[in-house]
Amino acid sequence: MKVLVPVKRVVDYNVKVRVKSDQSGVDIANVKMSMNPFDEIAVEEATRLKEKGVATEVIAVTCGVAQSQETLRTAMAIGADRAALIQTDVELQPLAVAKLLKALVDKEQPQLVILGKQAIDDDSNQTGQMLAALLDWPQATFASKVEVSGDSVSVTREVDGGLETLSLKLPAIITTDLRLNEPRYVTLPNIMKAKKKTLDVITPEELGVDVAPRLKTLKVSEPPARSAGIMVPDVATLVDKLKNEAKVV
Amino acid sequence: MTILVIAEHDNSHLKGATLNAIAAASKLGDDVHVLVAGNGAQAVADQAAKAAGVGKVLLADGPALAEGLAENVAAQVLSIAQGYSHILFPATAAGKNVAPRVAAKLDVAQISDIISVEATDTFTRPIYAGNAIATVQSADTIKIITVRTTAFDGVAAEGGSATVESVAVVADSGLSSFVGREVAASDRPELAGAKIVVSGGRGLGSAENFKILDPLADKLGAALGASRAAVDAGYAPNDWQVGQTGKIVAPQLYVAVGISGAIQHLAGMKDSKVIVAINKDAEAPIFGVADYGLVADLFQAVPELVQAL
Repeated sequence: MKVLVPVKRVVDYNVKVRVKSDQSGVDIANVKMSMNPFDEIAVEEATRLKEKGVATEVIAVTCGVAQSQETLRTAMAIGADRAALIQTDVELQPLAVAKLLKALVDKEQPQLVILGKQAIDDDSNQTGQMLAALLDWPQATFASKVEVSGDSVSVTREVDGGLETLSLKLPAIITTDLRLNEPRYVTLPNIMKAKKKTLDVITPEELGVDVAPRLKTLKVSEPPARSAGIMVPDVATLVDKLKNEAKVV
Repeated sequence: MTILVIAEHDNSHLKGATLNAIAAASKLGDDVHVLVAGNGAQAVADQAAKAAGVGKVLLADGPALAEGLAENVAAQVLSIAQGYSHILFPATAAGKNVAPRVAAKLDVAQISDIISVEATDTFTRPIYAGNAIATVQSADTIKIITVRTTAFDGVAAEGGSATVESVAVVADSGLSSFVGREVAASDRPELAGAKIVVSGGRGLGSAENFKILDPLADKLGAALGASRAAVDAGYAPNDWQVGQTGKIVAPQLYVAVGISGAIQHLAGMKDSKVIVAINKDAEAPIFGVADYGLVADLFQAVPELVQAL
Protein backbone atom coordinates (compact mmCIF):
# COMPACT_ATOMS: atom_id res chain seq x y z
CA MET A 1 0.00 0.00 0.00
CA LYS A 2 0.92 3.61 -0.46
CA VAL A 3 1.81 5.74 2.57
CA LEU A 4 1.71 9.53 2.48
CA VAL A 5 3.84 11.46 4.99
CA PRO A 6 3.30 15.20 5.35
CA VAL A 7 6.36 17.00 6.76
CA LYS A 8 6.96 20.60 7.83
CA ARG A 9 9.98 22.88 7.73
CA VAL A 10 10.26 24.64 11.08
CA VAL A 11 12.80 26.58 13.13
CA ASP A 12 15.25 24.02 14.52
CA TYR A 13 14.24 22.84 17.98
CA ASN A 14 17.52 23.97 19.51
CA VAL A 15 17.00 27.59 18.50
CA LYS A 16 15.58 29.95 21.09
CA VAL A 17 13.44 32.26 18.99
CA ARG A 18 13.16 35.99 19.57
CA VAL A 19 10.05 38.09 19.24
CA LYS A 20 10.40 40.98 16.78
CA SER A 21 10.40 44.38 18.44
CA ASP A 22 7.38 45.54 16.38
CA GLN A 23 5.43 42.49 17.70
CA SER A 24 4.60 41.34 14.18
CA GLY A 25 5.97 37.86 14.76
CA VAL A 26 9.11 35.98 15.70
CA ASP A 27 12.37 36.68 13.95
CA ILE A 28 13.16 33.70 11.77
CA ALA A 29 15.47 35.40 9.28
CA ASN A 30 18.88 33.65 9.27
CA VAL A 31 17.75 31.06 11.77
CA LYS A 32 18.52 27.37 11.30
CA MET A 33 15.53 25.47 9.90
CA SER A 34 14.97 21.70 10.13
CA MET A 35 12.30 19.09 9.70
CA ASN A 36 9.75 19.15 12.52
CA PRO A 37 10.95 16.40 14.94
CA PHE A 38 7.57 14.62 15.01
CA ASP A 39 7.58 14.48 11.21
CA GLU A 40 10.98 12.77 11.23
CA ILE A 41 9.38 10.10 13.39
CA ALA A 42 6.55 9.84 10.84
CA VAL A 43 8.96 9.41 7.91
CA GLU A 44 10.91 6.82 9.90
CA GLU A 45 7.74 4.85 10.67
CA ALA A 46 6.65 4.87 7.03
CA THR A 47 10.12 3.74 5.98
CA ARG A 48 10.02 0.90 8.51
CA LEU A 49 6.62 -0.17 7.15
CA LYS A 50 8.21 -0.30 3.73
CA GLU A 51 11.16 -2.31 5.01
CA LYS A 52 8.71 -4.78 6.56
CA GLY A 53 7.01 -5.17 3.18
CA VAL A 54 3.77 -3.56 4.39
CA ALA A 55 4.12 -0.33 2.42
CA THR A 56 5.01 -0.37 -1.26
CA GLU A 57 5.64 3.32 -1.73
CA VAL A 58 6.27 6.24 0.64
CA ILE A 59 5.48 9.74 -0.57
CA ALA A 60 6.64 12.77 1.39
CA VAL A 61 4.73 16.02 0.98
CA THR A 62 5.10 19.50 2.35
CA CYS A 63 3.26 22.78 1.92
CA GLY A 64 5.08 26.09 1.99
CA VAL A 65 7.87 28.16 0.53
CA ALA A 66 10.37 26.98 -2.13
CA GLN A 67 13.07 26.28 0.49
CA SER A 68 10.88 23.51 1.90
CA GLN A 69 12.36 21.36 -0.85
CA GLU A 70 15.33 20.78 1.50
CA THR A 71 12.98 19.22 4.02
CA LEU A 72 11.61 16.90 1.34
CA ARG A 73 15.15 15.90 0.33
CA THR A 74 15.79 14.98 3.97
CA ALA A 75 12.62 12.87 3.99
CA MET A 76 13.81 11.10 0.84
CA ALA A 77 17.25 10.56 2.39
CA ILE A 78 15.55 8.83 5.32
CA GLY A 79 13.58 6.59 2.97
CA ALA A 80 10.69 8.28 1.14
CA ASP A 81 10.50 7.23 -2.52
CA ARG A 82 9.33 10.51 -3.96
CA ALA A 83 8.06 13.87 -2.83
CA ALA A 84 5.67 16.68 -3.59
CA LEU A 85 5.88 20.35 -2.65
CA ILE A 86 2.69 22.36 -2.63
CA GLN A 87 4.34 25.71 -3.05
CA THR A 88 2.96 28.98 -1.73
CA ASP A 89 4.25 32.04 0.08
CA VAL A 90 0.95 32.54 1.89
CA GLU A 91 1.02 31.90 5.66
CA LEU A 92 -0.55 28.45 5.99
CA GLN A 93 -2.76 27.53 8.93
CA PRO A 94 -3.68 23.93 9.83
CA LEU A 95 -7.12 24.00 8.15
CA ALA A 96 -5.57 25.16 4.86
CA VAL A 97 -2.86 22.49 5.08
CA ALA A 98 -5.48 19.82 5.81
CA LYS A 99 -7.42 20.90 2.71
CA LEU A 100 -4.30 20.83 0.54
CA LEU A 101 -3.44 17.38 1.88
CA LYS A 102 -6.97 16.16 1.23
CA ALA A 103 -6.66 17.22 -2.40
CA LEU A 104 -3.40 15.31 -2.65
CA VAL A 105 -4.86 12.24 -0.93
CA ASP A 106 -7.73 12.26 -3.43
CA LYS A 107 -5.14 12.22 -6.22
CA GLU A 108 -2.66 9.71 -4.77
CA GLN A 109 -5.11 7.40 -2.96
CA PRO A 110 -2.80 6.29 -0.11
CA GLN A 111 -4.07 3.77 2.46
CA LEU A 112 -2.29 5.43 5.33
CA VAL A 113 -1.28 9.00 6.09
CA ILE A 114 1.25 9.41 8.92
CA LEU A 115 1.76 12.91 10.33
CA GLY A 116 3.56 14.34 13.35
CA LYS A 117 1.31 15.08 16.32
CA GLN A 118 2.21 18.76 16.32
CA ALA A 119 4.63 21.21 14.76
CA ILE A 120 6.99 22.85 17.23
CA ASP A 121 6.47 26.34 15.78
CA ASP A 122 2.70 26.97 15.99
CA ASP A 123 2.13 24.13 18.53
CA SER A 124 -1.39 23.65 17.12
CA ASN A 125 -1.82 19.88 17.11
CA GLN A 126 -4.66 20.02 14.56
CA THR A 127 -3.66 19.05 11.04
CA GLY A 128 -3.91 15.25 11.29
CA GLN A 129 -7.30 15.35 12.98
CA MET A 130 -8.59 17.92 10.47
CA LEU A 131 -7.41 15.81 7.53
CA ALA A 132 -9.14 12.77 9.00
CA ALA A 133 -12.35 14.77 9.35
CA LEU A 134 -12.22 16.11 5.78
CA LEU A 135 -11.65 12.61 4.40
CA ASP A 136 -14.09 10.95 6.82
CA TRP A 137 -11.32 8.53 7.76
CA PRO A 138 -10.65 7.18 11.25
CA GLN A 139 -7.78 8.71 13.23
CA ALA A 140 -5.32 7.58 15.86
CA THR A 141 -3.40 10.46 17.37
CA PHE A 142 -0.30 10.41 19.62
CA ALA A 143 0.74 6.95 18.40
CA SER A 144 3.49 5.06 20.19
CA LYS A 145 3.00 1.74 18.35
CA VAL A 146 1.59 0.91 14.90
CA GLU A 147 0.79 -2.53 13.51
CA VAL A 148 -0.87 -3.05 10.15
CA SER A 149 -2.72 -6.32 9.60
CA GLY A 150 -4.87 -6.87 6.53
CA ASP A 151 -7.37 -4.07 6.09
CA SER A 152 -6.97 -2.61 9.56
CA VAL A 153 -4.28 -1.00 11.67
CA SER A 154 -3.82 -1.38 15.40
CA VAL A 155 -2.43 1.73 17.11
CA THR A 156 -1.35 2.23 20.71
CA ARG A 157 -1.84 5.83 21.78
CA GLU A 158 -0.31 7.89 24.57
CA VAL A 159 -3.18 9.37 26.56
CA ASP A 160 -3.37 11.11 29.94
CA GLY A 161 -2.84 8.45 32.58
CA GLY A 162 -1.49 5.66 30.38
CA LEU A 163 -1.88 4.01 27.01
CA GLU A 164 -4.86 2.91 24.94
CA THR A 165 -5.07 0.72 21.88
CA LEU A 166 -7.46 1.30 18.98
CA SER A 167 -8.14 -0.62 15.82
CA LEU A 168 -8.82 1.47 12.72
CA LYS A 169 -10.21 0.44 9.36
CA LEU A 170 -7.94 1.41 6.49
CA PRO A 171 -7.59 3.94 4.97
CA ALA A 172 -6.65 5.82 8.13
CA ILE A 173 -4.76 8.75 9.63
CA ILE A 174 -2.06 8.35 12.28
CA THR A 175 -0.18 11.09 14.13
CA THR A 176 3.11 10.24 15.82
CA ASP A 177 4.22 10.74 19.38
CA LEU A 178 7.84 10.89 20.51
CA ARG A 179 8.20 7.30 21.54
CA LEU A 180 6.96 5.69 18.33
CA ASN A 181 10.53 5.21 17.11
CA GLU A 182 14.00 6.66 16.95
CA PRO A 183 14.56 8.24 13.52
CA ARG A 184 17.73 7.05 11.77
CA TYR A 185 20.59 9.35 10.87
CA VAL A 186 20.72 10.16 7.20
CA THR A 187 23.90 8.92 5.58
CA LEU A 188 25.86 10.69 2.88
CA PRO A 189 25.17 8.04 0.18
CA ASN A 190 21.46 8.34 0.95
CA ILE A 191 21.60 12.12 0.74
CA MET A 192 23.21 11.75 -2.71
CA LYS A 193 20.56 9.23 -3.79
CA ALA A 194 17.79 11.50 -2.53
CA LYS A 195 18.93 14.19 -4.96
CA LYS A 196 17.96 11.93 -7.86
CA LYS A 197 14.48 11.09 -6.58
CA THR A 198 11.39 12.80 -8.04
CA LEU A 199 10.17 16.01 -6.45
CA ASP A 200 7.00 17.45 -7.97
CA VAL A 201 6.05 21.05 -7.39
CA ILE A 202 2.38 21.98 -7.47
CA THR A 203 0.40 25.04 -6.43
CA PRO A 204 -2.70 25.39 -4.24
CA GLU A 205 -4.48 26.80 -7.31
CA GLU A 206 -3.85 23.61 -9.28
CA LEU A 207 -5.45 21.70 -6.43
CA GLY A 208 -8.32 24.18 -6.26
CA VAL A 209 -7.81 24.98 -2.59
CA ASP A 210 -8.30 28.37 -0.96
CA VAL A 211 -5.47 28.76 1.55
CA ALA A 212 -6.28 32.23 2.93
CA PRO A 213 -5.60 32.34 6.71
CA ARG A 214 -8.72 32.25 8.88
CA LEU A 215 -7.16 33.43 12.11
CA LYS A 216 -5.68 36.88 12.22
CA THR A 217 -2.59 37.31 14.38
CA LEU A 218 -2.94 40.72 16.01
CA LYS A 219 0.42 40.61 17.73
CA VAL A 220 3.15 38.36 19.02
CA SER A 221 4.71 39.31 22.33
CA GLU A 222 7.35 38.09 24.74
CA PRO A 223 6.05 35.89 27.52
CA PRO A 224 6.09 37.64 30.89
CA ALA A 225 9.57 37.37 32.38
CA ARG A 226 9.97 35.73 35.78
CA SER A 227 11.51 37.94 38.42
CA ALA A 228 15.08 36.96 39.15
CA GLY A 229 15.47 34.29 41.77
CA ILE A 230 18.10 33.78 44.41
CA MET A 231 20.66 31.09 45.05
CA VAL A 232 20.57 29.52 48.47
CA PRO A 233 23.71 28.13 50.12
CA ASP A 234 22.23 25.02 51.72
CA VAL A 235 19.14 22.90 52.29
CA ALA A 236 18.32 24.53 55.63
CA THR A 237 18.10 27.98 54.02
CA LEU A 238 16.00 26.55 51.19
CA VAL A 239 13.48 25.04 53.61
CA ASP A 240 13.38 28.26 55.61
CA LYS A 241 12.66 30.30 52.45
CA LEU A 242 9.94 27.90 51.30
CA LYS A 243 8.25 27.97 54.67
CA ASN A 244 8.57 31.61 55.64
CA GLU A 245 9.07 33.60 52.46
CA ALA A 246 7.22 31.73 49.68
CA LYS A 247 4.88 29.98 52.16
CA VAL A 248 4.36 27.03 49.83
CA VAL A 249 5.14 24.17 52.20
CA MET B 1 -24.17 34.03 23.22
CA THR B 2 -24.35 30.45 24.32
CA ILE B 3 -21.13 28.60 25.02
CA LEU B 4 -20.73 24.82 24.93
CA VAL B 5 -18.08 23.05 27.01
CA ILE B 6 -17.23 19.44 26.26
CA ALA B 7 -16.80 17.55 29.54
CA GLU B 8 -13.80 15.34 30.20
CA HIS B 9 -14.67 12.28 32.24
CA ASP B 10 -14.24 8.52 32.65
CA ASN B 11 -17.98 7.70 32.64
CA SER B 12 -18.14 7.90 36.44
CA HIS B 13 -16.20 11.03 37.44
CA LEU B 14 -16.03 14.47 35.95
CA LYS B 15 -12.36 15.38 35.49
CA GLY B 16 -11.05 18.61 37.01
CA ALA B 17 -9.95 19.88 33.60
CA THR B 18 -13.63 20.42 32.76
CA LEU B 19 -13.94 22.97 35.58
CA ASN B 20 -11.04 24.96 34.12
CA ALA B 21 -12.69 24.95 30.69
CA ILE B 22 -15.99 26.11 32.27
CA ALA B 23 -14.04 28.98 33.87
CA ALA B 24 -12.77 30.05 30.44
CA ALA B 25 -16.31 29.73 29.03
CA SER B 26 -17.67 31.96 31.80
CA LYS B 27 -15.42 34.76 30.54
CA LEU B 28 -17.16 34.56 27.15
CA GLY B 29 -20.79 34.67 28.20
CA ASP B 30 -23.29 33.85 30.91
CA ASP B 31 -25.05 31.01 29.18
CA VAL B 32 -22.74 28.01 29.55
CA HIS B 33 -23.87 24.51 28.60
CA VAL B 34 -21.88 21.34 29.22
CA LEU B 35 -22.02 18.27 26.99
CA VAL B 36 -21.37 14.94 28.69
CA ALA B 37 -20.86 12.35 25.96
CA GLY B 38 -20.40 8.91 27.44
CA ASN B 39 -21.89 5.57 28.33
CA GLY B 40 -23.61 5.10 31.70
CA ALA B 41 -22.49 8.63 32.50
CA GLN B 42 -25.52 9.94 34.44
CA ALA B 43 -23.30 10.46 37.53
CA VAL B 44 -20.96 12.64 35.47
CA ALA B 45 -23.89 14.75 34.23
CA ASP B 46 -25.07 15.19 37.83
CA GLN B 47 -21.59 16.34 38.87
CA ALA B 48 -21.42 18.75 35.93
CA ALA B 49 -24.83 20.18 36.90
CA LYS B 50 -23.41 21.11 40.30
CA ALA B 51 -20.47 23.06 38.86
CA ALA B 52 -20.71 26.81 39.35
CA GLY B 53 -21.78 28.81 36.32
CA VAL B 54 -23.31 25.97 34.34
CA GLY B 55 -26.77 26.73 32.91
CA LYS B 56 -27.61 23.38 31.37
CA VAL B 57 -26.07 19.94 31.04
CA LEU B 58 -26.69 17.89 27.91
CA LEU B 59 -26.25 14.17 28.40
CA ALA B 60 -25.60 11.95 25.38
CA ASP B 61 -25.52 8.47 26.84
CA GLY B 62 -24.91 5.45 24.63
CA PRO B 63 -22.49 2.64 23.79
CA ALA B 64 -21.00 4.49 20.80
CA LEU B 65 -19.58 7.03 23.25
CA ALA B 66 -18.22 4.58 25.83
CA GLU B 67 -14.52 4.96 25.04
CA GLY B 68 -14.40 8.50 23.73
CA LEU B 69 -13.53 7.54 20.14
CA ALA B 70 -12.80 10.72 18.18
CA GLU B 71 -15.05 9.81 15.24
CA ASN B 72 -18.11 9.30 17.44
CA VAL B 73 -17.53 12.09 19.95
CA ALA B 74 -16.92 14.60 17.13
CA ALA B 75 -20.15 13.51 15.43
CA GLN B 76 -21.98 13.91 18.74
CA VAL B 77 -20.65 17.44 19.21
CA LEU B 78 -21.56 18.32 15.61
CA SER B 79 -25.11 17.06 16.12
CA ILE B 80 -25.73 19.84 18.64
CA ALA B 81 -23.18 22.44 17.49
CA GLN B 82 -25.59 24.80 15.77
CA GLY B 83 -26.78 27.56 18.04
CA TYR B 84 -23.51 27.87 19.93
CA SER B 85 -21.11 30.75 19.42
CA HIS B 86 -18.15 28.96 21.03
CA ILE B 87 -17.33 25.31 21.67
CA LEU B 88 -14.60 24.73 24.25
CA PHE B 89 -12.59 21.61 25.01
CA PRO B 90 -9.98 21.23 27.74
CA ALA B 91 -6.57 20.94 26.04
CA THR B 92 -6.04 17.40 27.31
CA ALA B 93 -5.18 14.34 25.22
CA ALA B 94 -8.93 13.76 24.73
CA GLY B 95 -9.79 17.37 23.90
CA LYS B 96 -6.91 17.77 21.47
CA ASN B 97 -7.95 14.57 19.76
CA VAL B 98 -11.55 15.57 19.07
CA ALA B 99 -11.64 19.38 18.72
CA PRO B 100 -9.86 19.72 15.34
CA ARG B 101 -12.15 17.07 13.89
CA VAL B 102 -15.13 19.18 14.87
CA ALA B 103 -13.54 22.37 13.55
CA ALA B 104 -12.72 20.89 10.14
CA LYS B 105 -16.27 19.55 9.74
CA LEU B 106 -17.61 23.02 10.48
CA ASP B 107 -14.99 24.51 8.14
CA VAL B 108 -13.64 26.81 10.83
CA ALA B 109 -10.15 27.37 12.21
CA GLN B 110 -9.40 26.04 15.68
CA ILE B 111 -7.70 28.11 18.35
CA SER B 112 -5.45 25.75 20.33
CA ASP B 113 -4.42 25.94 23.96
CA ILE B 114 -5.66 29.44 24.82
CA ILE B 115 -4.22 31.04 27.96
CA SER B 116 -6.50 34.09 28.09
CA VAL B 117 -9.73 35.51 26.72
CA GLU B 118 -9.20 39.09 25.47
CA ALA B 119 -12.60 39.47 23.80
CA THR B 120 -15.26 37.08 22.54
CA ASP B 121 -13.29 36.72 19.30
CA THR B 122 -9.74 37.37 20.55
CA PHE B 123 -7.53 35.03 22.52
CA THR B 124 -3.88 34.58 23.47
CA ARG B 125 -1.97 31.37 23.02
CA PRO B 126 1.66 30.32 23.42
CA ILE B 127 3.70 29.41 20.33
CA TYR B 128 7.29 28.21 19.86
CA ALA B 129 7.27 26.20 23.08
CA GLY B 130 6.00 29.14 25.08
CA ASN B 131 8.78 31.47 23.91
CA ALA B 132 6.23 33.80 22.34
CA ILE B 133 2.59 34.62 23.01
CA ALA B 134 0.34 35.20 20.00
CA THR B 135 -2.85 37.24 20.19
CA VAL B 136 -5.23 35.87 17.58
CA GLN B 137 -8.61 36.97 16.33
CA SER B 138 -11.17 34.68 14.75
CA ALA B 139 -13.85 35.78 12.31
CA ASP B 140 -15.55 32.35 12.24
CA THR B 141 -19.19 32.12 13.26
CA ILE B 142 -18.53 29.22 15.61
CA LYS B 143 -15.25 29.35 17.48
CA ILE B 144 -13.67 26.01 18.31
CA ILE B 145 -11.21 26.37 21.17
CA THR B 146 -9.04 24.20 23.36
CA VAL B 147 -8.26 25.63 26.79
CA ARG B 148 -4.92 25.33 28.57
CA THR B 149 -6.28 24.21 31.90
CA THR B 150 -3.44 25.57 34.03
CA ALA B 151 -4.16 29.10 32.76
CA PHE B 152 -7.69 29.27 34.20
CA ASP B 153 -8.68 28.65 37.84
CA GLY B 154 -11.41 26.03 37.81
CA VAL B 155 -14.94 27.00 38.86
CA ALA B 156 -16.28 25.55 42.11
CA ALA B 157 -17.38 21.93 41.76
CA GLU B 158 -20.35 22.49 44.09
CA GLY B 159 -23.04 25.12 44.33
CA GLY B 160 -24.61 25.06 40.87
CA SER B 161 -28.00 23.60 40.08
CA ALA B 162 -28.26 23.16 36.35
CA THR B 163 -30.85 20.95 34.72
CA VAL B 164 -29.76 17.77 32.94
CA GLU B 165 -31.32 17.17 29.55
CA SER B 166 -30.87 14.05 27.44
CA VAL B 167 -29.93 14.38 23.79
CA ALA B 168 -30.04 11.76 21.04
CA VAL B 169 -26.89 9.68 20.72
CA VAL B 170 -25.16 9.37 17.35
CA ALA B 171 -24.66 5.97 15.72
CA ASP B 172 -21.24 4.31 15.90
CA SER B 173 -19.13 5.34 12.88
CA GLY B 174 -17.84 1.80 12.44
CA LEU B 175 -14.49 3.27 11.39
CA SER B 176 -12.60 2.58 14.60
CA SER B 177 -12.92 0.42 17.65
CA PHE B 178 -11.49 0.35 21.14
CA VAL B 179 -9.17 -2.56 21.95
CA GLY B 180 -7.76 -1.96 25.41
CA ARG B 181 -6.23 0.38 27.93
CA GLU B 182 -3.21 0.26 30.20
CA VAL B 183 -3.64 2.64 33.09
CA ALA B 184 -0.53 3.66 34.97
CA ALA B 185 -1.42 3.05 38.63
CA SER B 186 -0.51 5.81 41.04
CA ASP B 187 -1.55 6.80 44.56
CA ARG B 188 -0.09 10.25 44.09
CA PRO B 189 -2.10 13.27 42.93
CA GLU B 190 -2.64 13.69 39.19
CA LEU B 191 0.29 15.54 37.63
CA ALA B 192 -1.72 18.17 35.75
CA GLY B 193 -3.77 19.18 38.78
CA ALA B 194 -1.22 18.77 41.60
CA LYS B 195 -0.43 21.69 43.94
CA ILE B 196 3.17 20.53 44.27
CA VAL B 197 5.23 18.71 41.64
CA VAL B 198 8.62 17.08 42.18
CA SER B 199 10.38 16.38 38.88
CA GLY B 200 13.53 14.46 38.08
CA GLY B 201 15.85 14.65 35.10
CA ARG B 202 18.80 12.93 33.56
CA GLY B 203 20.85 13.83 36.64
CA LEU B 204 19.15 11.00 38.54
CA GLY B 205 21.15 8.53 36.48
CA SER B 206 18.86 5.49 36.59
CA ALA B 207 15.32 4.30 37.22
CA GLU B 208 16.57 2.94 40.56
CA ASN B 209 17.98 6.32 41.59
CA PHE B 210 14.72 8.00 40.57
CA LYS B 211 13.17 6.44 43.67
CA ILE B 212 15.15 8.92 45.77
CA LEU B 213 12.37 11.37 44.86
CA ASP B 214 9.61 9.16 46.36
CA PRO B 215 10.08 10.19 50.02
CA LEU B 216 10.25 13.86 49.00
CA ALA B 217 7.04 13.61 46.97
CA ASP B 218 5.34 11.71 49.82
CA LYS B 219 6.38 14.29 52.39
CA LEU B 220 5.09 17.17 50.22
CA GLY B 221 1.98 15.34 48.96
CA ALA B 222 3.34 16.04 45.50
CA ALA B 223 2.92 14.48 42.07
CA LEU B 224 6.04 13.13 40.39
CA GLY B 225 7.15 14.46 37.03
CA ALA B 226 10.12 13.98 34.75
CA SER B 227 12.01 15.67 31.98
CA ARG B 228 11.96 14.26 28.47
CA ALA B 229 15.58 13.13 28.91
CA ALA B 230 14.63 11.09 31.96
CA VAL B 231 11.63 9.56 30.19
CA ASP B 232 13.60 8.74 27.03
CA ALA B 233 16.31 7.12 29.15
CA GLY B 234 13.64 4.93 30.75
CA TYR B 235 14.00 6.37 34.28
CA ALA B 236 10.32 7.35 34.45
CA PRO B 237 7.09 6.45 32.61
CA ASN B 238 5.90 8.46 29.58
CA ASP B 239 2.93 10.06 31.23
CA TRP B 240 5.15 11.76 33.81
CA GLN B 241 6.77 13.90 31.15
CA VAL B 242 6.52 17.63 31.74
CA GLY B 243 7.18 19.81 28.71
CA GLN B 244 6.05 21.12 25.34
CA THR B 245 5.36 17.60 24.14
CA GLY B 246 4.24 16.22 27.49
CA LYS B 247 2.10 17.75 30.21
CA ILE B 248 1.84 21.45 30.98
CA VAL B 249 1.78 22.07 34.73
CA ALA B 250 1.49 25.23 36.82
CA PRO B 251 1.58 24.12 40.47
CA GLN B 252 2.17 26.26 43.54
CA LEU B 253 5.59 24.68 43.93
CA TYR B 254 7.72 22.94 41.29
CA VAL B 255 10.89 21.21 42.45
CA ALA B 256 13.27 20.41 39.57
CA VAL B 257 15.90 17.89 40.58
CA GLY B 258 18.78 17.08 38.23
CA ILE B 259 17.05 18.86 35.34
CA SER B 260 19.15 21.16 33.15
CA GLY B 261 16.18 23.15 31.88
CA ALA B 262 15.95 22.66 28.11
CA ILE B 263 13.48 24.91 26.23
CA GLN B 264 11.08 22.02 25.76
CA HIS B 265 10.97 21.33 29.50
CA LEU B 266 10.61 24.99 30.53
CA ALA B 267 7.59 25.24 28.20
CA GLY B 268 5.80 22.80 30.46
CA MET B 269 6.49 24.33 33.88
CA LYS B 270 7.56 27.95 33.76
CA ASP B 271 4.15 29.22 34.87
CA SER B 272 4.55 27.49 38.24
CA LYS B 273 4.20 29.90 41.16
CA VAL B 274 7.45 28.99 42.88
CA ILE B 275 10.24 27.05 41.17
CA VAL B 276 13.04 25.35 43.10
CA ALA B 277 16.03 23.93 41.23
CA ILE B 278 18.57 21.52 42.66
CA ASN B 279 21.46 20.89 40.29
CA LYS B 280 25.18 20.43 40.65
CA ASP B 281 25.89 22.47 37.53
CA ALA B 282 25.73 26.15 38.50
CA GLU B 283 25.48 27.08 34.79
CA ALA B 284 22.32 25.00 34.15
CA PRO B 285 19.60 27.09 32.38
CA ILE B 286 17.03 25.94 34.97
CA PHE B 287 18.56 28.45 37.40
CA GLY B 288 17.41 31.21 35.02
CA VAL B 289 13.77 30.55 35.90
CA ALA B 290 14.17 29.23 39.46
CA ASP B 291 13.03 31.35 42.41
CA TYR B 292 15.33 29.38 44.68
CA GLY B 293 18.37 27.62 43.31
CA LEU B 294 20.63 25.23 45.17
CA VAL B 295 23.90 24.09 43.63
CA ALA B 296 24.46 20.70 45.23
CA ASP B 297 24.73 16.98 44.64
CA LEU B 298 21.11 15.86 44.53
CA PHE B 299 21.92 12.52 46.17
CA GLN B 300 22.87 14.43 49.31
CA ALA B 301 20.51 17.37 49.04
CA VAL B 302 17.28 15.42 48.45
CA PRO B 303 17.51 13.20 51.58
CA GLU B 304 18.59 16.26 53.57
CA LEU B 305 15.58 18.14 52.28
CA VAL B 306 13.26 15.29 53.30
CA GLN B 307 14.78 15.42 56.79
CA ALA B 308 14.40 19.18 57.08
CA LEU B 309 10.76 19.36 55.97
